[in-house]
Amino acid sequence: MHTSRREFLKGATTGGVALSVLGFDLTAAMAQVRELKIARTTETRSTCPYCSVSCGVIIHTLGDRSRNVTPTVVHVEGDPDHPINQGTLCPKGITLKQNIVNDRRLTKVLYRAPGTRAWQERPWDWAVDRIARLVKDARDRDLIERDARGRAINALTSVGVIGGCTDTNEINYLLVKAFRAGLGVIPIEQQSRI
Amino acid sequence: MAATLNIVRVSASPPAAGIRSEPTIAKLVDTSTCIGCKACEVACQEWNDLPPETTVQMGTYQTMPDMTSNVWNLIRFSEHDTDDGFHWLMRKDQCMHCAEPGCLIACPAPGAIVQYANGIVDFHQDACIGCGYCMTGCPFNVPKFAEKTRRVYKCTMCVDRVAVGLQPACVKACPTSCLQFGTKDAMLQAANRRVEQLKENGFPQAAVYDPPGVGGTSVVTVLAFGDRPELYGLPASPVVPRAVLFWKGALKGIGNLAIAGGVLAAAVHFIRYGRKQKAP
Amino acid sequence: MTNGWTDIRNADVVLAMGGNPAENHPVGFRFVMEARRNRNAKLVCIDPRFTRTAAVADCFVQIRVGTDIAFLGGLIHYALSRNRVHDDYVRAFTNATFLLKESYAFDAEKGLFSGWNDESKSYTDTSSWGYELDERGFAKTDPAMQHPRSVFQVMKAFYARYTPDAVANICGCRAEDFLKAADLITSTHTRDRAGTIMYALGWTHHSHSVQLIHAAAMQQLLLGNIGRAGGGVNALRGHANIQGGTDCGVAYHNLPGYLPIPKADHESLDAFVAAVTPKPLSPTATNFWSNTDRFMVSQLKAYYGAHATRENGFGYRLHPRLPQAEAAGYENWSWAYMFDHMYHGRMEGFFSFGMNPVSNGPHSKKAVAALSKLKWLVVAENFEQETAAFWRDDIQALVDKKPEDVQTEVFLLPAANFAEKDGSFVNSARWIQWKWKAVDPPGEAKPDQEIIARIFLKVRELYEQEGGRRPDPIRHLNWWYTNPAQPSLDEVAKEINGWAIGDVRDAAGSVVVRAGQQLSRAADARADGSTLSGNWLYIGMYTDAGNLTQRRTAADPSGLGRHPEWAFSWPANRRILYNRCSADPEGRPWDPSRPAIAWSGSRWTGDVPDITADSPPSAGLGAFMMLPEGVARLFVPGQFVDGPWSEHYEPSESPVANPLHPTQSANPAVKPFRTEYDVLGTADEYPIVCTTYRLTEHFHYWTKNNPYSMQLQPEFFVEIPEQLAADKGIANGDRVRVSSARGFVEGRAMVTRRIKPMQVAGKTTYQVGFPIHWGFLGRGKQQGALANLVTPTIVDPNSFAPEYKGFLVKLEKL
Repeated sequence: MHTSRREFLKGATTGGVALSVLGFDLTAAMAQVRELKIARTTETRSTCPYCSVSCGVIIHTLGDRSRNVTPTVVHVEGDPDHPINQGTLCPKGITLKQNIVNDRRLTKVLYRAPGTRAWQERPWDWAVDRIARLVKDARDRDLIERDARGRAINALTSVGVIGGCTDTNEINYLLVKAFRAGLGVIPIEQQSRI
Repeated sequence: MAATLNIVRVSASPPAAGIRSEPTIAKLVDTSTCIGCKACEVACQEWNDLPPETTVQMGTYQTMPDMTSNVWNLIRFSEHDTDDGFHWLMRKDQCMHCAEPGCLIACPAPGAIVQYANGIVDFHQDACIGCGYCMTGCPFNVPKFAEKTRRVYKCTMCVDRVAVGLQPACVKACPTSCLQFGTKDAMLQAANRRVEQLKENGFPQAAVYDPPGVGGTSVVTVLAFGDRPELYGLPASPVVPRAVLFWKGALKGIGNLAIAGGVLAAAVHFIRYGRKQKAP
Repeated sequence: MTNGWTDIRNADVVLAMGGNPAENHPVGFRFVMEARRNRNAKLVCIDPRFTRTAAVADCFVQIRVGTDIAFLGGLIHYALSRNRVHDDYVRAFTNATFLLKESYAFDAEKGLFSGWNDESKSYTDTSSWGYELDERGFAKTDPAMQHPRSVFQVMKAFYARYTPDAVANICGCRAEDFLKAADLITSTHTRDRAGTIMYALGWTHHSHSVQLIHAAAMQQLLLGNIGRAGGGVNALRGHANIQGGTDCGVAYHNLPGYLPIPKADHESLDAFVAAVTPKPLSPTATNFWSNTDRFMVSQLKAYYGAHATRENGFGYRLHPRLPQAEAAGYENWSWAYMFDHMYHGRMEGFFSFGMNPVSNGPHSKKAVAALSKLKWLVVAENFEQETAAFWRDDIQALVDKKPEDVQTEVFLLPAANFAEKDGSFVNSARWIQWKWKAVDPPGEAKPDQEIIARIFLKVRELYEQEGGRRPDPIRHLNWWYTNPAQPSLDEVAKEINGWAIGDVRDAAGSVVVRAGQQLSRAADARADGSTLSGNWLYIGMYTDAGNLTQRRTAADPSGLGRHPEWAFSWPANRRILYNRCSADPEGRPWDPSRPAIAWSGSRWTGDVPDITADSPPSAGLGAFMMLPEGVARLFVPGQFVDGPWSEHYEPSESPVANPLHPTQSANPAVKPFRTEYDVLGTADEYPIVCTTYRLTEHFHYWTKNNPYSMQLQPEFFVEIPEQLAADKGIANGDRVRVSSARGFVEGRAMVTRRIKPMQVAGKTTYQVGFPIHWGFLGRGKQQGALANLVTPTIVDPNSFAPEYKGFLVKLEKL
């Protein structure tokens, strides 16, 4: 924050006092206002992930065109072409940059072993293997292939899945397809009831 | 409209040459359609890379008691009872960009405060000596001193955006369009239309706030209770403080002494604080 | 939403009730302000608090939390008794003309409909809640609506009890304030005026929430406001893709496209189709659900591909079916029930993708206790949150346990956020909008599609290697994506829309869609296996013309905010649902200045018509194509478990007995849970009515990680009426404790004049309330202030939504 502010204000006029004392015309110098911080950004059209108005936002990133540089989000602003928000945003939407660039973001797989008091970092492959094993064990043990009346219902109720209200349709659909149509999971829910 | 930023006045300097006639720009603040969402507050901070403040819940929806050097606009909430009901008033407080800017008139530092031909009054912190005279010159109590940088800050009307034809960040964000941006004429027209509508809808006292005591402002405010601007935290008839006018008036008479004053002030500043301090 | 955000600017009267749109949907609210500026529209706000919406409203009435049905019932009575009804509309487009069975009855003294069983304390026989049928199976009607058993007359009699005084007595408002609001709201009954309703969780968080929205629909139908520009019943909804999640079957009872989940009883595809396909109740009904077989088969083809054959019922038996419950009916796995099952040890593993049930579910303590019984928990998230960390000391302290007591294995997977993946969201206006990826996720964070795919593929690999219980559904799942471990969302979008596997032919045998082509009309889906479609409702979103959710043409030829080439709106790119009702029976718009559709002489023009496009008005096709009646339901014949009419029932915790029928105070169909956490308080110990809500400065439980949001609203607070605060010696800014029978939460007092004391059934009653947004993890002052520590686990018997609004508490100064 501090660095960018400094750089940002650097574009302001310089040497105002000296110039005026020497009696130069100030107009040219003063008219050189602060540099526009989105002058060289790449713009990506996106949708605000918060409420269901679905405002169009433009995500401004810097560094996309350079090699070996990770692009960074420098600004998020309303999409002026969007018929609903017409460029405007609410106090949450206008600060979306902090949702993306935030030192509290999770960047590693964390694992908490039974009965312990702390997270441990683990690799992805380990976590996927372990989770898949737990899912298979649960399914092999608990799948209701046939109910009490002998009807083949193929239902798994000892594993539940919730999610999706801020995920895309495509992810919601994949979730339903993999967990319900594939694994037979019945308890699948999201935010809509609560 | 505002793509050129010609200057009409500079603090502690004689009038600049070559002034062209340009339409004045203005921001419309229609308090009767403001929902107090504070998008403008943080839009400004985000755009201007101003760090967040630590706040406490004070028993009100208002974020903090007053603007700070990092918060250049603030929604002021107030509650008002009338015979026909209860009213929760919200107004975006910010620099009014006066046509007769008390801050600029008071400022002894050459080039620290400028007034562009389009009406924007801007602070240039590189030239600011941190004396705080602008704060006493402002009838709206707007400029805020930052202890850390020892400079004074306030709304710039997003000169950087305005210069390239964009609206100020707060106006761009405003969800209900209670903030609008355009020429002052257009904003006054929109304001008057809205006032007429308010009068038809049970607010006979509705009015536009554009106080003549400071030559009018580049923030045009619509008030449903136009007869009582103080309900919204606005002075009823603001003027540039007499002391400021007197002091600057005397200096004006001496002509070039104004420039000398600037040098003197800079020298005093150098002696007191040493080399230019790093910006935050 | 029946209409949409951009349409609200066409309204003459906006009723904001059961929602606080200025606060929670500020950008959508711009259209209310636009209607006001440009049309001099009036905004009426009915709410328990003087909210940000109320601050800019033309008319505000404070009511007691949980009494909205009484208020709406009062509006219905007002409209019916003062002839403020759009008569021609009601006759043409609603079931007001239908005749009810002779056996239908309502006992106003007892507050119970026919079919109540006093022994089991439940409705055991609801067969009387229906129409009198003729020999063809169609409902009998009286077009004059004069028959004493016509829906119109029965309705008039039913709501006659909801007089302005009765409303005032129940709601705690003044009768004259009710009348002022009623006059404004019902002013839209004329053909040249339109009114809309904006509601949200203030209506859904009740033990009578479905009936509440039923009441709103009745009101809008009586006023002739459904289907019209500037009209409708608009559910504002909460989250970015809550609508899409609902559409895509992320609910235990639905498959994508609102197809009901197959039940244990439905042993074959044919049995399923026969059981769930409605039969038309009118000769003019389109009864669009008669296509259920086509939609189901197309979905099964999407799931199981080549393994879905005609011979095996298109893989129907690969799909799970909802188990029969021990007592009666089927098992309930909706949110609150799921956590109840979990608490009883019936679950072993749990996935949470971006959800935080410790914070957002009813009664946080029960959620913590339930999660503690799991063997394993997987949470995919952007930020560490209360559910992933439920084992922490401070959170376990809520249930008097320690981390060492919790044997749950927990995985917290770093997930990409919205900007770090592409794909589509559906907003509450049903617009399916694509978004593009802007940056890579930070560190090792991964997009959810990859997390889901990798776990699924690993499980599949284990089944291939080791065998196991019934591996077929897993082995046969059609995971056709080019990169199986990272499915391209573009490919998934194509599958959701669907394509022709073989040539699709019409009844005459000519090819209408060639094999390989994307489908563009739901009507082209087939039940013979020649089409594949993951969700019939979205057919048209990804055609051979491309991914239409990426369209960004803002043009609005109608001038009424319809933007037909901006993204894609389900269904069929229709922007106003039920738009047939925007025109009179002859096809002329009720209001020519605001047409939705009109009959041109050969076709319906304007918005995509919600009726067969070339069916002339003279054919009299029903305006509500999804309903077997062909017309809208005022009277609801059996779909809701708590009655065919909306009746005012008190919240499960109420300061007074129901003034209408004290012996049946609360909703008779509510079934409380029975654990130690499922307790209710009474008014003598907990005399204050309490509600929960959200602030515009925060989004749910996410933005407590954002510095600017925390600056704007730093900590938990309780809004308290001045008079109550004075009684308790509480000053603004003091720390207070709010306790219910279930727990307490502490924070700053905000003493305000924006909530006034009320007279309810002759008794002075106070309301307090607080926003949700804080908890244990985040920036700044979190202090464990979880709003849901005090909320009850009572849920609506139809929607299973919890009663977060309108429960009882007591208040203390700390």
